[in-house]
Amino acid sequence: MREKILAAIDKNSKLTAADLAIMLGSTEDEIKSIISEMEKEHIICGYPTLINWDKVECERVTALIEVKVTPQRGLGFDKIAERIYQFAEVQSVYLMSGGFDLTVLIEGKTMREVASFVSEKLAPMDAVLSTATHFVLKKYKEHGLPLVQIKHDERMLITP
Amino acid sequence: MRNPLSKKVVSIQPSGIRKFFDIVSEMKDAISLGVGEPDFDTPWHIREEGIYSLEKGRTFYTSNAGLKDLKVEICKYLKRRFGLEYQPDKETLVTVGGSEAIDIALRAMLEPGDEVLIPQPCYVSYHPCTILAGGVPVVIELKGENEFKLTKDQLLDAITDKTKVIILAYPNNPTGATMDYDDLKQIADVIVEKDLYVISDEIYSELTYGRKHVSISSLPGLRDRTIVINGFSKSYAMTGWRLGYAVGPALIIEQMTKIHQFAIMCAPTTSQYAGVEALKNGDADVEMMKDAYDKRRRYLVHAFRSMGIECFEPFGAFYVFPCIKSLGMTSEEFATKLLEEEKVAVVPGTAFGDCGEGYLRISYAYSIENLKIAIERIERFVKRYKDR
Repeated sequence: MREKILAAIDKNSKLTAADLAIMLGSTEDEIKSIISEMEKEHIICGYPTLINWDKVECERVTALIEVKVTPQRGLGFDKIAERIYQFAEVQSVYLMSGGFDLTVLIEGKTMREVASFVSEKLAPMDAVLSTATHFVLKKYKEHGLPLVQIKHDERMLITP
Repeated sequence: MRNPLSKKVVSIQPSGIRKFFDIVSEMKDAISLGVGEPDFDTPWHIREEGIYSLEKGRTFYTSNAGLKDLKVEICKYLKRRFGLEYQPDKETLVTVGGSEAIDIALRAMLEPGDEVLIPQPCYVSYHPCTILAGGVPVVIELKGENEFKLTKDQLLDAITDKTKVIILAYPNNPTGATMDYDDLKQIADVIVEKDLYVISDEIYSELTYGRKHVSISSLPGLRDRTIVINGFSKSYAMTGWRLGYAVGPALIIEQMTKIHQFAIMCAPTTSQYAGVEALKNGDADVEMMKDAYDKRRRYLVHAFRSMGIECFEPFGAFYVFPCIKSLGMTSEEFATKLLEEEKVAVVPGTAFGDCGEGYLRISYAYSIENLKIAIERIERFVKRYKDR
């Protein structure tokens, strides 16, 4: 049931416990208790909203930064990752295989703000060896959902 | 001038769906729960394969019966999913949707005056196609209390010396009814005993919920007297590609192929290439879509029952078939008033046969958000008329 609930709310967190109970053949109480268990266990970590900020009249810049770091003895990459993700402007941090170690996604109001974060906060860290900053020009799809086009139902209204 | 028209064709009534479609099209910003096709787009990898075939310049006819690769994949698929064994050669024919297969199966099998049993409510083409093929349609009126399954007694009552073919369509459009092995066994014995042939329209075979589809062709003695019709429209959300197929005994398929050859040549080549990809790599897509339909199905059944509207639980296709007799309106009155007053389009059960009176076909090939808005309006409507 846990997986069924997660699959259902993965793309639509607006579904209520009552809706889920009907759709998954369960009871509202059971759904509520499973969800709260998963919240406690930090399986469900939050309920953010997917927003296409390009359509809103406010400046926002997203950058993807490739970071090479020196792992620390006994702690590996976790400690340095934590030092980085604690910054409020950092949206995501992933440990990578391949040519660099961490992917850091940053959001700022302006390019200058992002640049100063990289040059003043990120690059000077002891463990950080190098950074390569890529600015995002346009977002097409996020969290499995296309951001760019609104899809209209083009089917005929009544068909056999 | 002489009358240019065939009496037979003129005598055929246009489908009830058409009539209702014309009313709905007039209505501005109506929301519809009236479609008989998936709301999903064809999965991208399938579309991409179609595009690739065009880029490669595969724009020629295929052999009449269809691409060899596609026929091989169809047979593998039927074995894998339903345990049916057919040969790609001689026993498999790729058609322009399931609808063509229905038409040519009837034309290949009927002599003038042969009776064809058509359990209703059902898809709109069986009746007219039977007439066009020179047969005589004999309607069996299925009953709500049997959850619209065909029973042995009803079948026996309808059989005469002239009965040759029965058209079975489970999972069913419009009722959503399914028939499991035991249900089929009852009628299968009669079919063998009375020496009938079956056209089994299994286009919704992938869309069953909490149970697996059983093809009547898999029952003892039925393989040699059954044409199984299936296709890509519903399972892979490929309605516009017009791709279906028929499998059955070589004796019949060969004659169907002859009609197909002269009337159609071959199914669209682009669609056939896309179809190969669908069968090879599309199982996960089917699962994903089925899972979404199942949630909506539960949502709708619950919603109608909460309104105090009788609604048996359908285990197949993507329709619920609630009974609105308690409101003292005919299906058509209900559907017309609902459209006028709340701007929601549903299809009256009578569009699928007279015995659909008192019922509505509600499609759940819509997003949950859409269904919620529609249900709110229907609820308001029902409340208004219940209190009268």
